[in-house]
Amino acid sequence: MKLTCPNCGARSVEEFRYGEIPRVPDSISDPDARDVDRVYMKTNPHGITVEAWFHDFGCRRWFRLERDTRL
Amino acid sequence: MNEFIESKVDLRWGEQKPSYDVVVIGGGGHGLATAYYLATRHGITNVAVLERGYIGSGNSGRNTTVIRANYGIPASVRFYQHSLDLFRTLEAETDRWIMHNEKGVLWMHHTEMGLRTERARAHMNRAFGAETNFVTPEEIKRLVPEVDLTGGGRYPVLGGSYHVQGATARHDRVVWTYAEGAMVRGVDVLQRTTATGIRTDNGRVTGVETDRGFIATGTVLSATAGHTTTITDMVGLRMPIRTHPLQAFVTNHYRQTFHPIVASAELAFYVSQTARGEMLMGAEWDRQPSYSYASTSEFLRSCSAKATTILPFLSDLRILRQWTGICDISPDSSPILGLTPVEGFLVSTGWGTWGFKAIPAGGEQMAELIATGRTPDLIAPFALDRFERDRILADAGSAGTQ
Repeated sequence: MKLTCPNCGARSVEEFRYGEIPRVPDSISDPDARDVDRVYMKTNPHGITVEAWFHDFGCRRWFRLERDTRL
Repeated sequence: MNEFIESKVDLRWGEQKPSYDVVVIGGGGHGLATAYYLATRHGITNVAVLERGYIGSGNSGRNTTVIRANYGIPASVRFYQHSLDLFRTLEAETDRWIMHNEKGVLWMHHTEMGLRTERARAHMNRAFGAETNFVTPEEIKRLVPEVDLTGGGRYPVLGGSYHVQGATARHDRVVWTYAEGAMVRGVDVLQRTTATGIRTDNGRVTGVETDRGFIATGTVLSATAGHTTTITDMVGLRMPIRTHPLQAFVTNHYRQTFHPIVASAELAFYVSQTARGEMLMGAEWDRQPSYSYASTSEFLRSCSAKATTILPFLSDLRILRQWTGICDISPDSSPILGLTPVEGFLVSTGWGTWGFKAIPAGGEQMAELIATGRTPDLIAPFALDRFERDRILADAGSAGTQ
């Protein structure tokens, strides 16, 4: 599997580190519950999603990537 | 499932009825074991098990069949040791051969720090009932003569632990045994039936929508792997679960008997020999969250490089086939079992890369919870609310994969 880094181009996924973007739903209003959700809960999307990736063995920069988790 | 197997196992397929006492979503090991223990231990047989494909087609058919209890925290050691004990008596209880084979698990370390952790684990295991001994490189060489103690000069084997009761069993037979045991007592196992929605009323479960119609029920257990969040989204429940692929492969057959299951903690790979003599290998789960069953050549390359470093004889073998499962990984690498804020909706998930060994205990304990309404002590620490109570059970080091 290859990921496309905006600085370095298409590279093997082994070069990258996955970074999660916490998405706390607006329906949770209690501040403590929002903290728990932010730390532990996952959205785990089935389909196209936007993620943060860090190019560990390349430019060493964070970038956003749109990816289909079904592929 | 073909006719030959059906002639050996008494599988009686049911038709979907309009209502059940309990509906289990997921016809894998955990779902079928829960149905089996509900029927045998608690006399609850008005149960449906929904399976989207065929039984055991998910992670129950994609794992590396290791049964062990050498975990790193008390709650896990107790739970997995109970599961290991149930596996040992399953053949006698059901009169079915699951090819249970006690081999021992040898867990090697290549760093001083890893060795200290392993010594602590051995003590912890014995204190909570699992038989794990600390072993020196000489003892490792005696147990597995094929090991290169120098680790190719890069990963010297400094020592490790030997978990005596570690075993393997035939995954399909475990699934069929539980399925048969549940079916002959009246449980309906519904293959090619997909749960498409869960109906709730005032925060209480009232039924399950399937592609074959609606089922009214007050109790729903989600026992799926990989797609747990697909099910929990139906009741609007947030879960601390991310789905990652896990790959494994087998080689052609090795002409000698290779007895123990061998794993390396720092290199994160494990090797065992199947009943056919093939060498079965697995390693870490893929870093990217994904629902994909695609197998990759990157995995074959990295896993074989690690395995041949410690076991050079493997480089003479050829890879026959590889496969991928999708795992529910929890933040603390411990399972999530029990009740949820939605009344009547239970989960058995977070089995990540360690679910096969837990099938008997997971099923038995969930059945007790469903039958009595009280969470058994053995699984109480694994409740979903441990995250908000700040009582996480961090045990990633015991997963065997990272």
